[in-house]
Amino acid sequence: MNINEPSPRDGAPVLTEPGDRPQRAALFQPNLSGRYTLDRIFACFAWGATALAVAILAWLLLTILIDGIGTLNWNFIDSFASRRAERAGIKAALAGTLWVMGVVAVFSFPLGVGAGIFLEEFSEDNWFTRLVEINISNLAGVPSIIYGLLGLAAFVRLLGPITGGRSVLTGGLTLVLLILPVIIVSTREALRTVPDGIRAAGFALGATRWQVIWNHILPAAMPGILTGMILSLSRAIGETAPLLAIGAASFIAFTPDGLGSSFTALPIQIYDWVGRPQKEFHDLAASGIIVLMTVLLLMNAGAIYLRNRFQQTR
Amino acid sequence: MAQISGTTTLTQAAFQAEKLSVYYGSTLAVKDVFLEIPQNLIVSFIGPSGCGKSTVLRCFNRMNDLIPSARVDGRITFNGQDIYDKRIDAVELRRRVGMVFQRPNPFPKSIYQNIAFGARINGYQGDMDELVERSLKGAALWDEVKDKLKESGLSLSGGQQQRLCIARAIAIEPEVILMDEPCSALDPISTLRVEELMQELKQKYTIIIVTHNMQQASRTSDYTAFFNAKATDQGGKMGYLVEYDRTEVIFQQPAQQSTQEYVSGRFG
Repeated sequence: MNINEPSPRDGAPVLTEPGDRPQRAALFQPNLSGRYTLDRIFACFAWGATALAVAILAWLLLTILIDGIGTLNWNFIDSFASRRAERAGIKAALAGTLWVMGVVAVFSFPLGVGAGIFLEEFSEDNWFTRLVEINISNLAGVPSIIYGLLGLAAFVRLLGPITGGRSVLTGGLTLVLLILPVIIVSTREALRTVPDGIRAAGFALGATRWQVIWNHILPAAMPGILTGMILSLSRAIGETAPLLAIGAASFIAFTPDGLGSSFTALPIQIYDWVGRPQKEFHDLAASGIIVLMTVLLLMNAGAIYLRNRFQQTR
Repeated sequence: MAQISGTTTLTQAAFQAEKLSVYYGSTLAVKDVFLEIPQNLIVSFIGPSGCGKSTVLRCFNRMNDLIPSARVDGRITFNGQDIYDKRIDAVELRRRVGMVFQRPNPFPKSIYQNIAFGARINGYQGDMDELVERSLKGAALWDEVKDKLKESGLSLSGGQQQRLCIARAIAIEPEVILMDEPCSALDPISTLRVEELMQELKQKYTIIIVTHNMQQASRTSDYTAFFNAKATDQGGKMGYLVEYDRTEVIFQQPAQQSTQEYVSGRFG
């Protein structure tokens, strides 16, 4: 901790004021030492809050590493689930998660960004758009299990013949519903940060609305849009409840071979192992968490790389 | 869709506004403006803040269309054609009537792309490199940027950015250039360069400039329109055109007393 602010010292020279100024100046009580004390208290508080958060995260990661590193090897990644802990692996869950996240990314990006563009750039301000806006903000706060039940009713039961029931497609679409509100809201925020001067410049050159959006607004807003995507995908990859609600299996001995295939996912596998009584399975769960975190980090790194490329081309 | 007819040498007026009024929602912003903008001259709009001179300017390329609550009454003709006719396409009109804004607003792209964009979307078939060079030369910017066309337009100084915006506007061969306080964010030297540039552009283009700087209006323009605002019953302000004449008349022997007071700096 380092506070560079100068602080008043005892015996420091006092700034003098000429003429009749001192009389009116006496009405001011600067109380410098008190204000500097407040400064320090707040700095300590901010530092403490940061340190606490980092410490808790570090402790979490450390305990997981200690528990999980022992069982984390290629066999673990390349084996299917098993009733015997020493032979159990995470292959099906890892493949399932990659499949589901692929579906989520492919569907949520165009739908979410498209809806955001419509609401921000095309729609007029009337009762319908206001209703849509209120609904989207509220949907962002709905518990994820509700989305799971919606996915069960809509994609498993109603659209079962198309989605293939409790399939990769169903799981992906359910998670898409879950994160769409967040993507829409963050897309709109990103579009709002693009200066209106850019829009005016485009229109004044005889561009149509779509030409202005495609050539100027979207590239300028893309870093912000991708930030929203990163946060949303990070949330989706760890979601367990909606996948349990649609009935994704936890014991699967094959990797998905298509969108209609049944699947399991990393959080479900971890949840299953944690719930077993044997200590060996708890260690496997820790290994699974390490794998999940690694996938998450790789995904974020990719998105951050994309974001930086967009920022550089400005 | 009606095509906007080509430049005709018979009429000397580029634009004619008749009984032009602009509303924002139910508020009347500018009332009953009659104006004739002659070709290949510089016309300046002066007046205190809120008098509607920018609003009137934005009627000439229908930029007001982009404000949902804005409504335009009356008639504006461009080369004799009503530009608010339903069959006239605003996108086509804006290619013919370019605009330079108060704050330099280059696209966050390379200098080259800033110029090429307008030409590309308007289906320019010629040599793009040649067009970029010609436009930048036309805006007196070529010598300063010819070695860094790939660099971002935002890397230039404010004055250079504004000249880039002028180059961008003339790249699509407009007939009229509207300038909305183009020098208000520039230092005096950059301002002078833009003013010199305007005198050159006058050979090929009609220019309408909104300015708060009365010296600029008297230095640069051939005709000057003085707008003023009066309080309305609803407590708002309504702009109107006070006087429109040759610039030396407006500044030396105006017909209206309020013009006299404004140009001599007694209010505004």
